[in-house]
Amino acid sequence: MRRLLEGSQAVAEAVRLCRPRVVAAYPITPQTHIIERLAQHVADGELEAEFISAESEFGAASLVQGAVAAGARSFTATASQGLLLMTEVLYNIAGMRLPLVMVCANRALSAPINIFCDHQDSMALRDAGWIQIYVESNQEAVDSVIQAYRLAEACELPVMICMDGFLLTHTYEPVVLPAQSAVDEYLPAFHFARALDPARPMTLGGGSEADNYQEYRVAQQRAMENAETVIEAFDAEFGEQFGRHYGGMLQGYRLEGAETVLLVLGSLMGTVRDVVDGLRERGQAVGALRLRCFRPFPAQGLVRLLAEARRIVVLEKAFSPGAGGMLAAEVRAALQQAGSMTPVEGVIGGLGGRDLTPDVIEALLRDGTPADTGTLRFAPAHREQGAPSHG
Amino acid sequence: MDRRDAFRHNVLTAGHRACSGCGEAMAARMVGDLIGPDAIYINATGCLQVFTTHNQQTAWQVPWIHSVFANAAAVAAGVEAALRGRGKATPVVVQAGDGGTFDIGLQCLSGMIERGHDVLFVCYDNEAYMNTGVQRSSSTPHGVRTTTSPPGRLSQGKHELKKDVISIIAAHHLPYAATATIAYFPDLKAKVEKALGIEGPRFLHVLSPCPLGWAHDSALSVTVSRLAVETGLFPLLELEHGELTGVMRLAEQKPVRDYLRLQGRFRHLFDSKEGLEEIRHLQALADTRIRRYGLLDAETTWDTHSAMHGARHGRGGYARAAGPAAGEGNDGS
Repeated sequence: MRRLLEGSQAVAEAVRLCRPRVVAAYPITPQTHIIERLAQHVADGELEAEFISAESEFGAASLVQGAVAAGARSFTATASQGLLLMTEVLYNIAGMRLPLVMVCANRALSAPINIFCDHQDSMALRDAGWIQIYVESNQEAVDSVIQAYRLAEACELPVMICMDGFLLTHTYEPVVLPAQSAVDEYLPAFHFARALDPARPMTLGGGSEADNYQEYRVAQQRAMENAETVIEAFDAEFGEQFGRHYGGMLQGYRLEGAETVLLVLGSLMGTVRDVVDGLRERGQAVGALRLRCFRPFPAQGLVRLLAEARRIVVLEKAFSPGAGGMLAAEVRAALQQAGSMTPVEGVIGGLGGRDLTPDVIEALLRDGTPADTGTLRFAPAHREQGAPSHG
Repeated sequence: MDRRDAFRHNVLTAGHRACSGCGEAMAARMVGDLIGPDAIYINATGCLQVFTTHNQQTAWQVPWIHSVFANAAAVAAGVEAALRGRGKATPVVVQAGDGGTFDIGLQCLSGMIERGHDVLFVCYDNEAYMNTGVQRSSSTPHGVRTTTSPPGRLSQGKHELKKDVISIIAAHHLPYAATATIAYFPDLKAKVEKALGIEGPRFLHVLSPCPLGWAHDSALSVTVSRLAVETGLFPLLELEHGELTGVMRLAEQKPVRDYLRLQGRFRHLFDSKEGLEEIRHLQALADTRIRRYGLLDAETTWDTHSAMHGARHGRGGYARAAGPAAGEGNDGS
């Protein structure tokens, strides 16, 4: 059924279709509409779940951890400061290998406080042991939530769906909502083998020391490696059943014969597609590549898809002050590891909701500027002079 | 039920790594066996978690989960939410130390109670951060020596008062909150059983001496916890919907000095004029609590004397208007 929905509403509908039994959250812009809609579904009897207004994001993450550990499919969502407040628990959920799904409505981090989109929040959690899927559109958000539950439960890994705050969460788009019966067919009921149950007592979260801790961590890595094929397979299967798929971990656009390739995450890809089309019409050999999955990192796929590129530009909405963009660094590492000498230009942009317009993106693709390893590049051109004081 | 029959479930079984004389281990063993195996246990980070689940071993014969330090009440709330609608009422029990209750865990605890989750929260209070090597917490009484409240030329130990957590909890107007200690097993038993019969958030505050941190003889844990009650420093209370509904009367009031003298954490107070002043403050605090809760004149047959002798008959609880008079239990089996 095709409906005109706000991104948050669309995601809430997708969550409802996955039949979670516990939803716990704490409101934070731009995540609020997701949980408001879910609260309404529960109030209206359209979703048979416990809706819990937690006392903080830390509490919300802990609530869903407990619920999943007790065997109930669960959901939470947050953004920005809320995600950071959850951090300790999110690491713990991953370490305990609990299959949870959450949505991060990507938003900048304080200070200064800013409610608009960039990727600093979820990128700060990249080492937490969660699968991270960055979606381009509201339709992909819907479809990815459904895929995510199956993925999480099959791999016993938590999954974070990262969707751009406001750009997606507050934007109305036509969205196809799958039928409940079709979702039930795709997503089997949740049976957690390690669930807390007096009939089968188990200790979860006990101590570990030097003689075995590393084995747990390695197992996490192996699970992530295994997840790569599962992500591809479940996305392909989703495509067969629903007619939509997203390339698994990577989605290329007009990469055939592309000499210059722009890499991005999230909703920015929509603008990038338009820019690439325009430049292609003018005979320029450009293409684009979107990392749908940042964790696990699709190193092999990147190497394969970038094999013909002569120039690679990474445009990302987060960075590590004093170092540079994390995405660019990982792309460089993957290519270098595979013996590629193609330079990778890292550009940081769109921070705190600053618009990345077609002009800005076109300039990045057009510029033949050689890779600048000295100063970090920001886009669009920013103000050095008259910069605000940090009072 | 005889005290010796209590430990039939071995919810917390032998072989764990608690120090000898650990009040928390005794309390958890009592509470666990009173609740039994048909329950789900959530533990905060702390001594109990460390000494029972050391390095891939477990002393728990029940479903048990530990997430992080601050969130035990929230994890429990999630477990309880997951169990709702499954048609059987499996008790959900949190176990936390004073750090996980008074300090780092207070926010999640308050949220859990406010939302009315059907969870029993048990705090084993040993009045400092013992797991990390005896640092002060907000539960540490004033005057106490810890590694982060050391007595010195300018200090007599901890400067601040022990947080009145039971009043904070009671202010949530929850169905049931009570204090207890390992010295009075029938009393603890009555309170656990009462808590199990009530739906909604319940809070049990169990004073649990720590021979290491309190620096007392490990054979004296029960004696020390009894003196905490008999001096009035740790009143045994029951509160229902925020109202005081029961106290254990003091058969006689013991001087606070009797309690302090057994513990190295107070020893420095006896060495100086300033220290003796702190002892007077501690005595005044005990007197205040005795007045506040009517510990010497409460209308109950259940007092610190009968509770000791009544133990053999398994008599417990304050609710009974009439029971065997003090001393009647002496000839019990």
